[in-house]
Order: sequence, then structure tokens, then C-alpha cells
Amino acid sequence: MIGETTFDRVLIRGGGALLALIWIAPLAYAVWAAFHPPAFEARFELMAPLTLDNFASAWSQAPFARYFLNTILLVTMILSAQLVLCTLAAFAFARLEFPGKTFLFTLILMQLLVMPDILLVENYKTMRALGLVDTIIAIGLPYFASGFAIFLLRQTFMTIPKELDEAARVEGCSLLGLLWRVYVPLGKPAMLAFGLVSVSHHWNNFLWPLIITNSVETRPLTVGLSIFATTDSGTEWAVINAATLMTSAPLLLGFLLFQRQFVQSFMRAGIK
Amino acid sequence: MNSRNWIYAWLMLLPAFVFLIAFTHLPAVTTLIDSFFTTAKGRRAAAFTGLGNYQKMLGDPIFVKAMVNSAIYAAITIPASIALSLAMALLVHRSFRGVSLMRMAFFTPTVLPLIAVANIWLFFYAPGFGLIDQIRLYFGLPSANYVGQPDTALYAVAAVTIWKEAGFFMIFFLAALQTIPQSLREAAAIEGCGRWTFFRRVTLPLIMPTTLFVSVNAVINAFRLVDHVFVMTKGGPDSATMLLLYYIFETGFRFWDTAYAAALTVVLIAILSVVGIGQFFLADRRVHYK
Repeated sequence: MIGETTFDRVLIRGGGALLALIWIAPLAYAVWAAFHPPAFEARFELMAPLTLDNFASAWSQAPFARYFLNTILLVTMILSAQLVLCTLAAFAFARLEFPGKTFLFTLILMQLLVMPDILLVENYKTMRALGLVDTIIAIGLPYFASGFAIFLLRQTFMTIPKELDEAARVEGCSLLGLLWRVYVPLGKPAMLAFGLVSVSHHWNNFLWPLIITNSVETRPLTVGLSIFATTDSGTEWAVINAATLMTSAPLLLGFLLFQRQFVQSFMRAGIK
Repeated sequence: MNSRNWIYAWLMLLPAFVFLIAFTHLPAVTTLIDSFFTTAKGRRAAAFTGLGNYQKMLGDPIFVKAMVNSAIYAAITIPASIALSLAMALLVHRSFRGVSLMRMAFFTPTVLPLIAVANIWLFFYAPGFGLIDQIRLYFGLPSANYVGQPDTALYAVAAVTIWKEAGFFMIFFLAALQTIPQSLREAAAIEGCGRWTFFRRVTLPLIMPTTLFVSVNAVINAFRLVDHVFVMTKGGPDSATMLLLYYIFETGFRFWDTAYAAALTVVLIAILSVVGIGQFFLADRRVHYK
């Protein structure tokens, strides 16, 4: 690097290390509190005894197993629907000519600004009219057609050489066959990227699920956790932290194991 | 390609558009229509009131407070998260021992649920035994109740937002920095150009599209990220952390005044649209493209 002295380096690395420490502190603290008895939740002693009791009591105090199941059903349903609907739409935008193309694409882009997340009142009315209030499918429905996914996949499909289309057509491939045999396999990295972004977004989503659910059978983890952590003020910090770690654990583990893919996915999803 | 292709195209678009129209465009339009009516109560049906709901807003101290708070919240979180994420990207862009650990530390908040980490931050801020207070007491400072005081609560909430966002934005800057050719660096070195000059004259203009992209996301998030408010303050104390989206939630689902909530949503949509239009024009003029 240009004109970098040892002093500069120490200053920058030191500042960076401090910043990183601040950034990891909340997670580090949650780990500390969750694995130690409640007596040590604000006392940091190296020799404090380790325990798993906090996890056990969190697990027994609220139906977390059911919440986990709900969240897993929810993210799987959303991602599958998104991949099917958005791949079809993205392919049409990338490769076919049809009347109203620009207008329809503008409608897609509008969703990037005005997301279903803010249209709470009207979407609630729609769900009530459909008789879907307090169902898992109602949490997912507004997100099935993702403008972001259509945009991302369209950009990816447009980079695929047209010669491949023609070759497939000569071989007698139908339009759907072409999509399935050529575009889907070549678009897999982009789909994987979108998949990671979508799963982590909907695993963490809170406001809409909070509004549309009101029973244990439908509540996802985020809503379940917020009820667990606030309703009964007698719950100990250590137990709340154990519950917090538990709900974030699958994503966190996935992230630690597939760090590179995660980072690259978020990068890829944003750059296009 | 044959001329019947547009039928296939429309058929392929149909499923996505059914959902898109049903849950984004149609509700956006009905929100606007509903905002001109009163809320139906009991046997009394909704009645046309014109701009009544909007007039009510001007005289509603909590709405005014929510707008001011949202503006402050945006004014803090947008520049702070962008500056920090750029600093982080510059930091972990090079290679040294422990860089991957550092990158991981910065990025981790992105995958954690905001609602969950709000609990942890609440402990950090807790007066008396919370982590920040323990540090303050160690240095002989008096105890402080950050989320409980109207004059600090909004900043305490904003800090969590910045913490959550910065690592996410860092990724985009990191990707942008990787596209800056090494030859430019070498040329600058030969010219004897200083590091700060290089950053200001070469790096900054080249990453401008990314900065714009990140800025737009930061603006949208400033109006959308309210999950932690539910856990940390519930809009209080004394509406100190009342943000526009949280107020929409309260009005619509706690007081069930859906017409007024619709009018509030229209305000939010208007703000986001201005951002979108602004992005469109800025992207054309001020941004350097490859």
C-alpha cells in the first residue's frame, strides 16, 4: 500500500480489532449468559461453571419445537414458491418479446420500494377475506412473487449466450424444456444466492408474522421468542439469552459452515 | 422465435403477477382509497371524509413526533452505517492475520434476527447491571438508563440498527473494492500520490454506484427496520422512539383505526417513492459507470 508506515498499520489494525470486538460483543455476551448459571449473567468470571440448564428451561417454558417446525415450514414454502414463480417470470423478461414488457417490468421494480412489509393493514384485510388469518400460508403469500428474485434471475438469464437457445431449439426443445434444461442449470448459482438471502430474511422476519398469527400452531420463531421474552417479566436473562441463541442457531451455524457462500451470495444478490 | 411467443410469455408471467398484484399493487391502491374514508365502527359504515385523515395527522402530536423521530433516525443511521461499512470494507479488503475473523465479526449481525438481538442489546443498556453501565461504573461515571430516558432512547435504538446494517453493507463495498484494478494503485504509487488522495480521487468515484445502491437500501431500511422497537421500547418512553412504521402498526392493530393507518401508510409510500425517483435521476447523472 502507498506510504504506509508501521505506525499507520498499528493504528488501523488496532482500530479495526476494536471495532470487530464491539461488533461481536452482543453475540459473545449471549453465548456467555446462555451457558452459565443465572448468577453469572452480569458477573464475568473466568472460572464460572458451565451449564445447559438455561436451554432446558427455555425449551420447556415455551413450545419452541412447534415454533421451529412453523418457521421451517414457512421458509421452505416461501422459497419453493419464489423459485418457481420467479424463474418463470424472469425467463419471460430475459428472453421473450411481448406487448407491455416495459410496463410490466416497471411494476416488478416498484415492489423493490413498496414492499408487502409496509402494506400491513390492507394485506390483513385480504387475508381475512380469504379466511386465512392465523395460518402459516398467510405469512408466506405476500412474499411469493418477489420482485427482487425476478430482477436478479432476469439479470442472470440475460448473460446466458443466445446460441445455446438456438442449439436447444434445433434439437426440438420446447420453451419450458429450454428453461428447464439450459437456463435453470446455468442459473443455479444465482438461485442458491437468492435462496440463502430469502431463507435468512424470512427466518428473521417479524412484523407481518406478528400481525397475522395468534396461536402456537402458526407462530414462527421470531414471534414466539418475542412473546416468550416479554410477557412474563419473571423470566431470567440467562434463559432469554438461551432462547435467543436457540432461535438464531440454525442460521448462525449455517453461516459459520458456509461462510464463503453466504458472503458471496449476499454480494451477488446485491451487485447486479 | 415465432409470433405466438407473447402468449407463452404472458402465461409464464401470470402466476407471479397474480401474487404481485394481489399483495403489493392492489393493496397499495386500496390503501390510498381507504385513506379518504373513515374507519367503519360497529354498525356505522365507512364514510367519505376526503382529506379528513390527513388533516387529522397535522393535529396529531404523536404523528408529528413519529415523523420527527423517523427523520432523526434516518439522519443518524444512514450516514453512520454507510461510513462504517465503507471503513470496514477498506479494513478487511487487504490480507493480514485474523482478517477472516474480523470479516466474520462484522458480518454476523446480518444473519441474526433483529428481534432476537434486541434482547441482548436490552441487557447491554440495562441500568445498574447492564454491560455499558458496568463499564461506566468502572470509570466512576453515574449509572445511565439509555432506553428508559426520552432523550437517549432513540439513539440507543438507532445504534442497534447501525450495528445490524453495517456488516451487510460492507459486503457490497468489498465487492466494489475488488473491481478496482491493481494497475491504478501502481500508477498512483509512481506518481507519489498519497493514500488519502488515492481514496478520494480514485476509490470513491469508482465505488459510486455501490454507494448509491447502499444508500437507497439504507434509506428504505431507515423506514422499515422497526423490529427491535417492539422489544426495546414499544415506541416509548413518551413516544421518544415512535417511528412511522411502528405508529402504523399501533394505529392499525392496537387501536384498529384502519383508515387512519391507511393514511399513514400513504405517507410512508410517498416517502419511499420519492427515494425511488431520486435514485433514478441520481443514477443517471452523478454516478460513474464502467
